[in-house]
Amino acid sequence: MAIIERPVPVGVPDIPAPATPTRTFGALRRPVATTGWKSWVFTVDHKKLGIMYGAVAMFFFIVGGIEAVLIRLQLAAPNGKVLSADVYNQMFTMHATTMVFLFVMPMAAAFANYFVPLQIGARDVAFPRINAFGFWTLVGGGIIVNLSWFFGGAADGGWFMYAPNSGPVFSPSNGVDFWALGLQITGIASLTGAVNLIVTVLNMRAPGMSLMKMPVFTWLQLVVQFLLLFAIPVITVALFLLSFQRSFGATFFDVSAGADPLLWQHLFWIFGHPEVYILVLPSFGIISEVLPVFSKKPLFGYPFVVFSGAAIGFVGWGVWAHHMFASGLGPVSVAVFSIATMAIAVPTGVKIVNWTMTIWGGKLNFTAAMHFAIGLVVLFTIGGLSGVTHAVAPSDTQQTDTYYIVAHFHYVLFGGAIFGLFAGFYYWWPKMFGKQLNERLGKANFWLMVIGMNMTFGPMHMIGLQGQPRRMYVWTEARAGEGFFNLAFWNRVASIGSLVLSIGVLLFLINVVKTARSKQVAPLDPWDARTLEWMTTSPPKEHNFDAIPTVHHLDEFFHRKYAQDPVTHEIKQVATAEDIMRDQEANADKHIHMPSPSYWPIILAGGLPVIALGVIYAIPVAIVGAAIVVLAMYGWSLEPSTAPDTDFDPPASGDGTKELAPLG
Amino acid sequence: MADAAVHHADHGHHTSTGLSNNKLGMWLFLGSECLLFGGLISTYMIYRGRVGEGPRPGNVFDIPFTSVSSFVLLMSSLTMVLAVAAAQKRDDRGTTLWLTVTGLLGATFVGGQVYEFTAMYNEGLGFTTSLFGSAFYTLTGFHGVHVTVGVIMLLSLVGIIKRSRVPGDKAEVVELVGLYWHFVDVVWIIIFTLVYLIPT
Ligand code: HEM
Ligand SMILES: [Cu+2]
Repeated sequence: MAIIERPVPVGVPDIPAPATPTRTFGALRRPVATTGWKSWVFTVDHKKLGIMYGAVAMFFFIVGGIEAVLIRLQLAAPNGKVLSADVYNQMFTMHATTMVFLFVMPMAAAFANYFVPLQIGARDVAFPRINAFGFWTLVGGGIIVNLSWFFGGAADGGWFMYAPNSGPVFSPSNGVDFWALGLQITGIASLTGAVNLIVTVLNMRAPGMSLMKMPVFTWLQLVVQFLLLFAIPVITVALFLLSFQRSFGATFFDVSAGADPLLWQHLFWIFGHPEVYILVLPSFGIISEVLPVFSKKPLFGYPFVVFSGAAIGFVGWGVWAHHMFASGLGPVSVAVFSIATMAIAVPTGVKIVNWTMTIWGGKLNFTAAMHFAIGLVVLFTIGGLSGVTHAVAPSDTQQTDTYYIVAHFHYVLFGGAIFGLFAGFYYWWPKMFGKQLNERLGKANFWLMVIGMNMTFGPMHMIGLQGQPRRMYVWTEARAGEGFFNLAFWNRVASIGSLVLSIGVLLFLINVVKTARSKQVAPLDPWDARTLEWMTTSPPKEHNFDAIPTVHHLDEFFHRKYAQDPVTHEIKQVATAEDIMRDQEANADKHIHMPSPSYWPIILAGGLPVIALGVIYAIPVAIVGAAIVVLAMYGWSLEPSTAPDTDFDPPASGDGTKELAPLG
Repeated sequence: MADAAVHHADHGHHTSTGLSNNKLGMWLFLGSECLLFGGLISTYMIYRGRVGEGPRPGNVFDIPFTSVSSFVLLMSSLTMVLAVAAAQKRDDRGTTLWLTVTGLLGATFVGGQVYEFTAMYNEGLGFTTSLFGSAFYTLTGFHGVHVTVGVIMLLSLVGIIKRSRVPGDKAEVVELVGLYWHFVDVVWIIIFTLVYLIPT
């Protein structure tokens, strides 16, 4: 990893300047490896961290997917024998936890890390070491949550872990302890990530990029990070109370000891509803980039998309109790939350209209990314509509805790969040790796996923309204129903659908391997894109841009390539991506200081799971973990984030040095 | 190291908002902390009356004692302001002096809290005695941990200023710790009012 870089021509790999640390800060010398595993493990580069976030998230997607398929195998026929009741409870709890906290959130973080700095014309995030810390913390939390499988059984109270199921009577294993502490740790990752990205977006935009010239993906990520900033502490409180109850004998949620039966539910859903937008808004951002590019039109009503995103960010705080309609809140609360929930469908609807109008009349180019983006619009709309049906409290009392709810949230989460992420894979792969994913395989991947997803979750509307409860490990012929509404038939369809879905995902993995093996290099601007991340090499150089661009327009890159003829008003190409790159190189900044790699983030992050294990098994271990954390904090504070010139041999000359905004 | 500090300070900050990254980051973090304490305070307010067989709040609180320790903590905000002012004047001696005083006042507050907890425990209020007990110790304990972390930061800062090993802009680092410190103080005023002064 080059500490001080000089611009290099396109196509020639980066040649790091010779750099050796001559001074030591703290106990450990600064890592300087530019290749091999060390260059990844100790990196603070937002792009490498983005790729690592993506790889870890993909791993957990496979884990969560296997858990889902096991659930569907158990329910494929009446009186299923695949899983015991106990293991079934663990399976759906861990499936949801894994998908929400260890796949969708980290994958969205992967895209945020990689593309937010590039889209705003920055060279890294505001706090690169904190970024590395966040990633390793996520890994630690994910390991803790899943370790429970090997230590007496995983958490089994459902992903919202209601009391009394979360208590020792109904959950005697350590599963819930691992769950609570693991999520506490991933929460730290989300919180530090939120602070980091908000500061990056607010403070490090390229000259000229006002907020309303910011790409939509970055905008919606900004909203998401604010939601995380304020939602994470609420779940933190809930998880602490739960851990204190389980480990230290408090009775916060024990109704027999006088506790309030709804305290946990309120705390959980005050976090939980904003969380659903945390999951889906990044994908909305992705397709708001993809649809215009492949429709050859600007996003219809950019300000509406931005402001409706922000509106969701506000209103999302006032609807949490719609998850509690059946808990006896009282008629006034139910009415208020019911109406608020219907209201939140409005900004969501606005977005759907904007996307449709973007496609309308465009010159459509049906790439795999475009397929997934359009898939999102359609499938998410279905999920939004069923959402409105349970905003109506009387009808929700019928639906709640049935498969109908399962259908709803899979249409919004699978059809919404996950389709958006896949659109992102196909759209940004050439940028991240310099090679395009295979389009034909991509379309097969898409169609299998669409068919599989509708086969799996579509019938759940029906079996839910028929009364099949969610979270039951068996269903019996006795409740099967007649003819078209036969439970056995639709359950089987759903189970087969889940296999189709799995094959779809498998095709994606095959596509990744195939692309990695292929020698074909992607063109510089394969999609004729519009935003700044395409105004650099693929993959981008370590310092992202040779010269930081000055921004004059929304869709700056497009405006550099195309101009309107003043007479005929025709839009004509005036430059190619290659021209723009050459121009950038000619005006490259002379010396670019990049933040330097560090050992401390991974050491600090490594202390946290040790503390968690100590809390569960032996307090002395927790003290060792805490000592690691404290030592790492000292090492961290004493190490400057950007190594000074004098730290290296030979020292770089100071003239013409271009500084980033100060890095923490 | 010394030249690293100069190096950073001399280049100034070019950020889109004009606020430095570190300061903006600290403000955001404190915004998040508001919800952490909000959640803990709400839990306490729900559970303050649920005393079971154990002592009631009125029986265990020693309001004159806690008023004095609250006053000590308030004064530490004042000395923190003096430390920041000295740091901005690049007066290292003044900075370390006032940081030390602030840290000692904070440590006095933590000591008072330990004494208070011990006294309450002896009067029969343990962590698991009642919901009131659990919620009380959780809320004030979280605050106490925040103060303790603050004290450690203050005293560590004194150490690294003395050895000229502050990375980055010294005055800004002092100011950041100050922001945190004032926040913890304000939270205490809220806790003191809601927990101790408002009768159940
Ligand atoms: C049009 C907007 C939406 C409305 C009106 C809506 C409404 C609702 C309501 C009322 C419930 C509670 C049903 C019950 O448990 O009885 C619910 C559950 C749920 N919704 Fe939505 N929703 C909307 C959008 C979304 C989005 C965008 C997501 C996530 C991307 C989402 C994810 C979920 C999840 C995960 C649950 C189930 C929670 C659980 O019980 O495990 N919803 N929705
Ligand atoms: Cu909700």
